[in-house]
Amino acid sequence: MYRFALGRILQAIPVLLAVITVTFFLIHSAPGGPFSADKAVPPEVIKALEEQYNLNQPIWQQYVSYLGDVVRGDFGPSFKYSGRTVNELIAAGLPITAELAFYAMIVALVIGLLAGIGAAVRPNTAQDYIPMTAAMIGICMPSFLLGPLLVLVFGINLEWLPVSGWGDIPGDKILPSITLGAGFAAYIARLSRGGMLEVLSQDYIRTARAKGLSETLIILKHALRGGLIPVVAFLGPAFAGLLSGSFVVETIFQIPGLGRFYVQAAFNRDYTLILGMTIFLSTLIIVFNLLSDMLAIWLNPKLRHEIKGAK
Amino acid sequence: MNLKNDHYTVFKASKHKKCDLIFLSILLATCVTLTGCGSSETNVVAGNKSGTLYWGNGTEPQSLDPQIATGVPEHHIISAVMEGLVLKDRKTLEPRPGVAKTWDISNDGRVYTFYLRENAKWSNGDAHTADDYVWSWWRALQTTLGNQYAYMLFPIKNAKRYYDGETSDFSDVGVKAIDNRTLQVTLTNPTPYFLQLLDHYSLFPVHQATIEKFGRADERGTRWSYEGNLVGNGPYKLEEWKINRHITVTKNPYYWDEANVSINSIVFKPVDNAVTEERMFRAGALHVTSSIPADKIAIYQEKSAPELKITPYLGTYFYRLNINTPQLQDKRVRRALGMAIDRKQLVDNITKGGQIPAYTMTPPGTMGYFPESTLNFDPEAAKRLLAEAGYPNGEGFPPIEILYNTNEGHRKIAVALQEMWKNYLNIDIKLLNQEWKVYLATESAGDYQISRGGWIGDYVDPNNFLDMFLCNGGNNRTGWCNEEYDRLILEVAPSQSSHEQRLKIFQQAETILLEDMPIIPVYTYTSIKLLHPSVRNFDDNILNQAMYKDLYLDANL
Repeated sequence: MYRFALGRILQAIPVLLAVITVTFFLIHSAPGGPFSADKAVPPEVIKALEEQYNLNQPIWQQYVSYLGDVVRGDFGPSFKYSGRTVNELIAAGLPITAELAFYAMIVALVIGLLAGIGAAVRPNTAQDYIPMTAAMIGICMPSFLLGPLLVLVFGINLEWLPVSGWGDIPGDKILPSITLGAGFAAYIARLSRGGMLEVLSQDYIRTARAKGLSETLIILKHALRGGLIPVVAFLGPAFAGLLSGSFVVETIFQIPGLGRFYVQAAFNRDYTLILGMTIFLSTLIIVFNLLSDMLAIWLNPKLRHEIKGAK
Repeated sequence: MNLKNDHYTVFKASKHKKCDLIFLSILLATCVTLTGCGSSETNVVAGNKSGTLYWGNGTEPQSLDPQIATGVPEHHIISAVMEGLVLKDRKTLEPRPGVAKTWDISNDGRVYTFYLRENAKWSNGDAHTADDYVWSWWRALQTTLGNQYAYMLFPIKNAKRYYDGETSDFSDVGVKAIDNRTLQVTLTNPTPYFLQLLDHYSLFPVHQATIEKFGRADERGTRWSYEGNLVGNGPYKLEEWKINRHITVTKNPYYWDEANVSINSIVFKPVDNAVTEERMFRAGALHVTSSIPADKIAIYQEKSAPELKITPYLGTYFYRLNINTPQLQDKRVRRALGMAIDRKQLVDNITKGGQIPAYTMTPPGTMGYFPESTLNFDPEAAKRLLAEAGYPNGEGFPPIEILYNTNEGHRKIAVALQEMWKNYLNIDIKLLNQEWKVYLATESAGDYQISRGGWIGDYVDPNNFLDMFLCNGGNNRTGWCNEEYDRLILEVAPSQSSHEQRLKIFQQAETILLEDMPIIPVYTYTSIKLLHPSVRNFDDNILNQAMYKDLYLDANL
């Protein structure tokens, strides 16, 4: 297991390097610099600014010195927010994004598991078709559509819930959590239905039934552990996806998390902030994928044996 | 065995129930957190009682350093925590005493002597003296600081020469501290708007000891202007800065006019989405918004809602014509385009925010300047001009492209112009939208044919609108250059002895600009906001500027 983890961590290094390199050169080749503005900026001001942020050096030199800083864990100063470091901006946004992702995950799990397990217990009935159709719609519907729809219905027409902010008005966390969680709920519903159906057709379930156990006990005790392996494997990427994919939801609902910085940084050509965010989020995705793989191995004896066998 | 096994199952089942209970309680706790358990009193109601003003402030400020900041949201906060020598009247914008109690102006209008208040202090209790201005303006003119508003100091004698490196001796620059309380400023030319400039944040004083504590004086990006560090001289002091959440300022006990500051604290909330901001206003989360969604204006107008405030704003929406474009080189074509725009229809049906059709670059009424225009809506005359230029009924006129930055409002206006020019002149227009920074790069490089533009005045004087189009003006970007125009703005206008004479010269320059038409004025901006009736003394003015110390909150509303 440790060797497996170590291998994966080593694999992550070239991946991250590729991410940094591609992002670095892409943003530097985008038209418009960080200091261009509507009102003409005098050339001497641009020169002074470029010197201060080392933008007057050749691009490869900037790249090398940036890599050096990143290795030391320093993402540099933000170009746009004078005096703020990228690390500081990430630290300011992360707790909020993490909170949003956590609530969205709960929404996804509660709705997804109830729908998926319910459907698997009575396959090919209304209890199966209705939630699964809803799940298919949920997977297909992007958050930039679902969010405004929910806002329109619950925020503007019914006026039940606030449409923006985070912790400013009571209830303002509900719509963003549902919007972000809905797509993942749909995935979880389909995964748990599939997993449960497969497990429920196994011999050991038939044995349990033959022993006369009640259906509830069979589901809860015997079927869940095996049936939920696909869901567990999905949780890591899902959480990383929730963290990194929240920028649409954060923009719709004006949530001051990582995602909003990310979007604004791209518009502002805030090179260091874009790069810092990209590296940070890539690392998160890699780490969560690794954690969920390790969890899946721990849950699934077959995989455990395969790794031991490989040794 | 069986029995034992069943027993085991029952035991496990009860454990499951326990798990279910834990899960349910987590769920319940989450629901409670999500819905929030705060009191039902809104910010506005609570704020009116406690003297706290909730201010929708657009975006997260980039900096509160007055010599680095550039935007409107920054301005709102900086002018709460800092103050210049002179303030403005909240209605007329006439100069009012600020840190300077009184001032004298020499007969030739070039030497200003300011007498500072005895009780002027910094927010940490330090004495506030004339030397603070000398040092602050020295800092403002350091090129390494990257101050985009350095040109605001250029009316001061030798300030531009110092900035350009033609002299390295700051004592050549016309600013002297005669004693602790007396500051003398010498200008190159009599500059009637100089007192106004003093209320612009680029000329605000900064606290030397604090700046030097956190880095070099001419260094950007030090932390002196952040929470816990910033020392200012305004009616408020910086209390809290939560990134992307809010900035709170509270009353400064050392402010010279502290007794007359009514509101205890102001909470600036960065909300850059107009739809969200309007919803927050309705939910009682804000007293003031920075904008309102265009499609909501009519709803408020139908209800004659007193909250809706529409005021003319010192800004012009216009189109730049790149005169290097072959078919735009003939000024008759440019005039024809300008005359074939039905501006009234545009502002009534498209922008719908009370904007005023503009036929001049300078908004009418700027410092008593009401320019006459040679431009009007006259499609027949426009057709004739186009025919004279060799395109009768638009025949043979190559299709032309309008560039605008991606934004629904700009798109609607461009589409309206496209239709008008097709209807009245029978010429084909293509539309090209680009993301903001790409658009800026394209426009600055002159790589466009027609481009949308906007200009908001920094100070109330026609000069601020007309000197954009000097031959080498950085904001010109049209390729247009007229020596007579340059001479009028740079030489003739500054040497006039009376304000009326100056305005006449500006009128002459404006006429040249409109006859040649490198730009097409479209409308004069309005500032549109929602203001809660409990906020008093926030009067309409063309800078949409609030004088914080005059404001008070009526707790009965």
